[in-house]
Amino acid sequence: MSILIFVELDNGSIKKTSLEAVAYGAEIAKVKGTTATVLAIGNAEASELASAGAYGASKVLHANASELATENAMAYASVLAAAVQQEGAEVVILPKSGLCDSMGARAAAKLGASIVSGVTELPDLTDGFKVKRSIYTGKAFATVAVKGAIKILGIKKNAIEAIAGSGSAEVVGFSPALGGGDFVAKVISQEKASGELSLTEADIVVSGGRGMKGPEHWQPLLDLAQSLGAATGCSKPVSDLDWRPHHEHIGQTGIKVAPNLYIACGISGAIQHLAGVNSSKVIVAINKDPEAPFFKAADYGIVGDVFDILPRLTKAVKESK
Amino acid sequence: MKILVCITNVPDTTAKISFTDNDTKFNKAGVQYIIGPYDDYALARAVELKEKLGGTITVLNVGEAESDPQIRKALAIGADDAIRVNCDPQDSYFTAAQIAAIAKDGSYDLILMGRESIDFNSGVVHSLVGEMLGIPSFSPVMKLDIEGSTAKFAREIEGGKENLEAPLPLVLGCQEPIAEWKIPNMRGIMTARTKPLKVVEPVAVDELATLDKYTLPAPKGACKMIPADQAETLISLLKTEAKVL
Repeated sequence: MSILIFVELDNGSIKKTSLEAVAYGAEIAKVKGTTATVLAIGNAEASELASAGAYGASKVLHANASELATENAMAYASVLAAAVQQEGAEVVILPKSGLCDSMGARAAAKLGASIVSGVTELPDLTDGFKVKRSIYTGKAFATVAVKGAIKILGIKKNAIEAIAGSGSAEVVGFSPALGGGDFVAKVISQEKASGELSLTEADIVVSGGRGMKGPEHWQPLLDLAQSLGAATGCSKPVSDLDWRPHHEHIGQTGIKVAPNLYIACGISGAIQHLAGVNSSKVIVAINKDPEAPFFKAADYGIVGDVFDILPRLTKAVKESK
Repeated sequence: MKILVCITNVPDTTAKISFTDNDTKFNKAGVQYIIGPYDDYALARAVELKEKLGGTITVLNVGEAESDPQIRKALAIGADDAIRVNCDPQDSYFTAAQIAAIAKDGSYDLILMGRESIDFNSGVVHSLVGEMLGIPSFSPVMKLDIEGSTAKFAREIEGGKENLEAPLPLVLGCQEPIAEWKIPNMRGIMTARTKPLKVVEPVAVDELATLDKYTLPAPKGACKMIPADQAETLISLLKTEAKVL
């Protein structure tokens, strides 16, 4: 048996949440006395892929057929299932993301495997194979006994700290047969904001609500985000009003983020918004209303005018560098 | 056009989450149940497609009798008939296998559901169902039109969206802004009472994952308030105390 970890690539680099997945899989491999193998799909330099070795992987399977250059959950699922079979993997680790949930699920159905998504900690192996997962949009956890012969886990950001060691992994080409059925969809076009930091990957997120008073007033928030190297998000009313694009909407029905630091500017903190941010390590709320519910969920709070406070915070960040 | 819409019966987004029976069961006392918000978007788009193209909508729930009010609501919004697979689902694979078993018999052109349920947030059932049926699946879909036997749709991707075309049949996990939620009108509510709701027993599925126990997060400490005129101190606190900068 072995442990197989899928890593997501972003412009040829392994994403940070994927490195956490590698560290997570390597830790299980260590306990089980086996090896951790990584699967990467798409374009990347061998040297970049070999760096997964620093997080505990001994081998990287690289599937790089031209058909796989565009993200395709169905084709990626077929490649993943083929890798599981070739390696005799019993545990498969994926970072939690839209792509990984979809491809992990299709692979699970191909293999008759257990699939558990939203895992927040290393498994408890003392009595079977038990994992803790996030449920009710971060408002609770469930401990799940995973019983399939093959177990596929989607792990949440920060489930484990990825610390780089010194190893290097052997990179091996992987070219399973690709089926036409996985390529029935035609991608007509992609509309993608370029150069934006990914919300789900970011360590710091600065987010704005209706208290920002309109799209033309966003600059102070963007300035603070830039000084912190942060991604920017917004509340649902803001994206509903088209002040900001839909892919920035954080909350129950939007993107769920789990950064180390979440700074909410002029967001009252409705329970639906909190559901999208409650996995953040540290939360800062800035709001002119001292009764805003966000202050009950925050670690630090400032009652005041965002347009006064944001520029001063940006200045303080720049001066502290 | 035959559309199957799968709905979950879930606690309202504002519900207080607690557990009973030694933390092995969700505490339903005083909790208001709703159609899963993402499923509600899927249903709304299905109703719009039916108005435009004709056809039928079957609504499917894998759940116990307590789902029936939500199923009736879906019928009032515009579904024609309903099926409930009578069980308390505990695992995505199990749930997907039930949906696939129903879908196999129905030859549906479209199978719509929410991108994820808001109780377990797995976001995997649409893809499991697609693979079990051997048809394509996509999620999260935020725009959907049908032209002949082709679906033209947009999917949210990281930092933007992707426009796609694929032949029917398809399984799609939906999210806003695919449609606006619909509120049942009085005529819908009246006719929903007599629309057929078939209850079937689940098919057998290997036990792949079971719930052991629930836990709640540790209570949050008090929020440290910083006077507005000393806002700058926040940055040093984030550095030295919280250690996140």
